[in-house]
Amino acid sequence: MIYNEDFETLPREVLETLQVRRLQQVLQRAYHTVGFYKKTFDKAGIRPDDIKSLADIGRVPFTTKQDIVDNYPFGLFAVPMSNIVRLHASSGMKGRATVVGYTKRDIETWSELMTRCFVAAGLTKNDIILNAFSYGLFTGGLGVHYGAEKLGASVIPTSGGNTKRQLMILQDFGPTAICCTPSYALTLAAQGREMGVDLKALKLRVGIFGGEPWSDKIRQAIEDAFGIKALDLYGMTEVMGPGVSIECIEGRKGMHVFEDHFIVEMVHPETGAILPPGEQGELVFTTLTKEAFPLIRYRTRDLSRFIIEPCRCGRSHIRIDRIKGRSDDAISIRGVNVFPAQIESVLTGIKELEPKYRLIVDRAGTMDTLEIQVEVNEKIFSDSGEVRVLQNIERRIAKDMKDYLGISAKIKLVEPNSLPLAEGKTAQVLDKRQI
Amino acid sequence: MKVEQLSIFLENKPGTLEHATRILKDAGINIRTLSLADTSDFGILRLIVNDVEAAKAILKQNGFTVSRTTVVAVEVPDRPGGLHSIMEVIAKQNINVDYLYAFVEKSGENAVIIFRFSDPDAAIDVLQKNNFTVISGEKLYSF
Repeated sequence: MIYNEDFETLPREVLETLQVRRLQQVLQRAYHTVGFYKKTFDKAGIRPDDIKSLADIGRVPFTTKQDIVDNYPFGLFAVPMSNIVRLHASSGMKGRATVVGYTKRDIETWSELMTRCFVAAGLTKNDIILNAFSYGLFTGGLGVHYGAEKLGASVIPTSGGNTKRQLMILQDFGPTAICCTPSYALTLAAQGREMGVDLKALKLRVGIFGGEPWSDKIRQAIEDAFGIKALDLYGMTEVMGPGVSIECIEGRKGMHVFEDHFIVEMVHPETGAILPPGEQGELVFTTLTKEAFPLIRYRTRDLSRFIIEPCRCGRSHIRIDRIKGRSDDAISIRGVNVFPAQIESVLTGIKELEPKYRLIVDRAGTMDTLEIQVEVNEKIFSDSGEVRVLQNIERRIAKDMKDYLGISAKIKLVEPNSLPLAEGKTAQVLDKRQI
Repeated sequence: MKVEQLSIFLENKPGTLEHATRILKDAGINIRTLSLADTSDFGILRLIVNDVEAAKAILKQNGFTVSRTTVVAVEVPDRPGGLHSIMEVIAKQNINVDYLYAFVEKSGENAVIIFRFSDPDAAIDVLQKNNFTVISGEKLYSF
């Protein structure tokens, strides 16, 4: 099913004409209202007028996560705060946070795109949608919520956590669809089995999952557990949130990017060169209609490839394959992207530590786990050599990780010089997950 | 009258304790008494040894994190109520015990209790005033 047939099935050449026109508009707006874009365009020697076709987009400078960080919190906003009706943010500290704003119209656009996702998943106003994405600064909860309401479905805003209650609601309220991270779906399944819930007897038909990398193996496990169809949802805070792209229930292979609102490119992760269709590379997004936080050629660091064959669902919008990983050192844990540098900045904030650390990412049962191993040193130990003091340090690190980065981590103090020497920036991360 | 104890950080995994004791053995260090505190992922080995400086140096050379902690050794008759008589005076002075461990002297008549007090000086003072035998480091190291 297609929600906005006019736009979602536009013939490619018409779609591309629309994209060029919207691109020119957003470039003008960005250039004239956001100091950062004026500076980078001027430096690259281009003017918005120079971009006359989609092929010209390669001349426009990239925007990176660092650029967003450098302009924290509101430096990339293109409208005054009086026009902004909502702020969201990704986790982070010490300038690592990404803060995004939305005008009233942005919220409407976002809601429509999320509605398109639900319809692509085969849902209608008659469905009951349990939304277990967390509500708050994270875009997942409210983004999905607004789309579900716009569709006219009944939303159950359970947010994340409290798994036993979620299972009770799954049984008693009879939702027909569920939205959450794939790992949380597996947690629900495991907990449900433990409680003796007949998961296949639930009314659930469809699950929409996103927020972290997953695989067809996990899809199979979720589908088998609940007897549902599981679909991949992709988006990121900077670009908009959930609703940038989704798999359709007809195709279930690759996610359609709503190209009337975004231009998506695939570039070489190192050179930035635009890649031939079908090759794996890094996703680059340009928002075409966002008012508050336009983003021009944003390097997502997410690796994927285009699926160029037309889809049986009838949408003309291009598909991207399942996210294969990241071209930087971010670790995606339970839907949150965390950079080792963020963790390091929290550790260095604790004065007793000279952080020699290692991150162990694993999956315990169904949930991603993060263990932070920190070497003990003389400075920590000399004061007292007490169990209590060391345990306090462990607790403090865990609390700071939660407070600043929003992640739950197990802290393990290890002997000095027991961690492998870091060779390159990713050496201190050990990802044991078999995704 | 205080006693120097070595505290050694040990990761909670097979072999770490063996490594530490092997180093001490090879260096000819004699352990007078010891205790091991453990948590789920690390432990702290507390040692009273015959040569504090040498033991600390050799352990550090071998990569261990070692600290010195001041503890108090008190001798009491090895009979019911021995420990309690100490605790009575300590509690009255509002001194906190972080931890303690004990051993029985070779003669078998007395027990020696090693205390980590919140305030060692105040503890020694009140113990001596109440006629308890506080053992000096020198004496304890060469027991």
